[in-house]
Amino acid sequence: MSQSTRWFAVRQALTRKQVTTLTLLSFLLPILVWSLVSYVPFLWHPKIEIVEPGSITWLKPGMLVEQQVFLDQQLLAAEQKTAPPEGFRANPIYLPAPHEVATAFYTAFTTEPTRSSEQWLHESLWHSIQVIFWGFTLSSLIGVPLGVLCGTYVAISRLQEPFIEFFRYLPAPAFGALAVAILGIHDGPKIAIIFIGTFFQQVLIIANTTRKLDVALLEAALTLGAKKFQLLFRVVIPGILPDLYRDQRILLGWAWTYLIVAELIGTSSGITWFITQQARYKNFDNVYAAIIMIGIIGVVSDIVLARLGKRLFPWEKEQVKG
Amino acid sequence: MTAIELPSYLDQSEAVSARFDKLKQREVILEVKHLGKQFNSQQGLVTALRDINFKTHRREFVCVIGPSGCGKSTLIRILAGLESPSSGEVLLDNKPVFEPGPDRGMVFQGYTLFPWLSVKHNVMFGLEMQGHTKATAESEALNWIDLVGLEKFADAYPHQLSGGMKQRVAIARALANKPRILLMDEPFGALDAQTRSKMQANLIEIWRNIDITVLFITHDLDEAIYLADRILVLKANPGEVEELIEVPVPRPRTADQVISPEFLATKKRLEELIHPPTAEDDTDELHMIRMTHVGDDVEVMD
Ligand SMILES: Nc1ncnc2c1ncn2[C@@H]1O[C@H](COP(=O)(O)OP(=O)(O)O)[C@@H](O)[C@H]1O
Ligand SMILES: [Mg+2]
Repeated sequence: MSQSTRWFAVRQALTRKQVTTLTLLSFLLPILVWSLVSYVPFLWHPKIEIVEPGSITWLKPGMLVEQQVFLDQQLLAAEQKTAPPEGFRANPIYLPAPHEVATAFYTAFTTEPTRSSEQWLHESLWHSIQVIFWGFTLSSLIGVPLGVLCGTYVAISRLQEPFIEFFRYLPAPAFGALAVAILGIHDGPKIAIIFIGTFFQQVLIIANTTRKLDVALLEAALTLGAKKFQLLFRVVIPGILPDLYRDQRILLGWAWTYLIVAELIGTSSGITWFITQQARYKNFDNVYAAIIMIGIIGVVSDIVLARLGKRLFPWEKEQVKG
Repeated sequence: MTAIELPSYLDQSEAVSARFDKLKQREVILEVKHLGKQFNSQQGLVTALRDINFKTHRREFVCVIGPSGCGKSTLIRILAGLESPSSGEVLLDNKPVFEPGPDRGMVFQGYTLFPWLSVKHNVMFGLEMQGHTKATAESEALNWIDLVGLEKFADAYPHQLSGGMKQRVAIARALANKPRILLMDEPFGALDAQTRSKMQANLIEIWRNIDITVLFITHDLDEAIYLADRILVLKANPGEVEELIEVPVPRPRTADQVISPEFLATKKRLEELIHPPTAEDDTDELHMIRMTHVGDDVEVMD
């Protein structure tokens, strides 16, 4: 059997072409479903968009009504021998078509804020990125060294980890009000929520990663004459670096999930605030565009970090995925 | 076939006997005195080693052999200082050993090169720990890499090397520290037969050319006889010294010697010690007939 025709061999690497095809498909399939639902009138389309109200005075052009309601009104008009309303099948307002969202990628940036106190989209995005950056950086500055120490020295682990295990079950959002009371209403509490959401997991995950370092490497270093701190700095840290980097990438993804909560406390701001506002104004195309933008920022930054990782750690063996 | 009359493994030619006399005159590098080790395990106290005594002299090559689980690794780890003994002591140059140190180089069975360091930096590691400058460490390291024949791979990372090459780097890395003794725990156990015999020849060559004492663990009888001056035979449960055999095969050793009378006599003795004929052997017979009845015409002809 030729290599290229085998799509379903258990845990066998695929060819480059197969991988590219599948990657494209993984995006194209959902877009295809979305397009079908949007552009093929008899698929779903539960509403009727009014074009011509006819004699029904409460209907307005552009209005979306339930099909049953529309049919009733048509019947009514027929009975009364007045002009029937006209319209076509449409999807609910919360499901804009792909091309509308695509346009919104541009128009969202040009949509002027409704109130002067609100931010443009690019300002919102930049604001969110800064909050994430500071929350994650502060957490890492303490969490990474503490995690490495916990994973290296049993005494430190026994002193820190029980409390951290307890604390990580406390939901970060619960500290919102407290954070506002202590840190004021601006970015302080938002950064604090990201910190609380990230930090405790970070210590535990990195401690575990550190513990996974092969003890034989430490023993080899000992027989070569390495002493206390040399073991930590010359063996433990370089030994776990690629895994630590991978952990940080995953944790950064988690930090984004806390953003939603963080941005709704204190003075609302940032991308989540933009999304909620646009939803309130029923600009659902902007809502989808903004959500997809977060996804793109996430994926692109992760790809960049993954590429960088390959550069930084040339001794890492290629990892075959799937 | 008629049984070949083998000499006793105790018979030594004059040259071999003279060599052992000279060897025993040399200073003692390592001395193990009444060494015992017990582990606390789920099944209670396990005695891994009991009352082990032996000495190795300068530039001697000692192999330790014994059935699996008899405590060979435990012994070498105690010598390296990675475990502490429950009783007795280990003396290196007449000074007791408590902790790991660069005076005892170790090569492990598993691959323990640092994956983030190139071959060169792996070999430099110990020297840098000793406080040598980068420049001296580097030129020293390159010499050792040369010695094990890996000069072309000085900048390669461990994951780019074959198993045999990794172990050669491990040997270079251990020797770079100029240890008094090189401790090796089944270093070639994971290699294929061909690579293994090449590595054995390399090791002998290195050992002949530098001032190093070697303690080498193996469970391969041929390997032990080919390499060793003396073979320390351990028995299991608890691990005790069964016998200390002086190998009567003359040096320099060659691969052809495996069929020499001295070699075979030694091997026969080791086999007696390690696989003693006991009542247990009866249970070794497999009950083949039950599962593998085949037609007459394809029966194996004995
Ligand atoms: N850390 C340990 N804890 C408990 N028992 C151990 C430990 N290390 C070794 N042992 C036991 O000691 C005995 C000798 O083990 P080992 O030295 O590894 O044998 P060998 O290397 O000869 O195969 C075995 O029975 C093993 O189960
Ligand atoms: Mg062992």
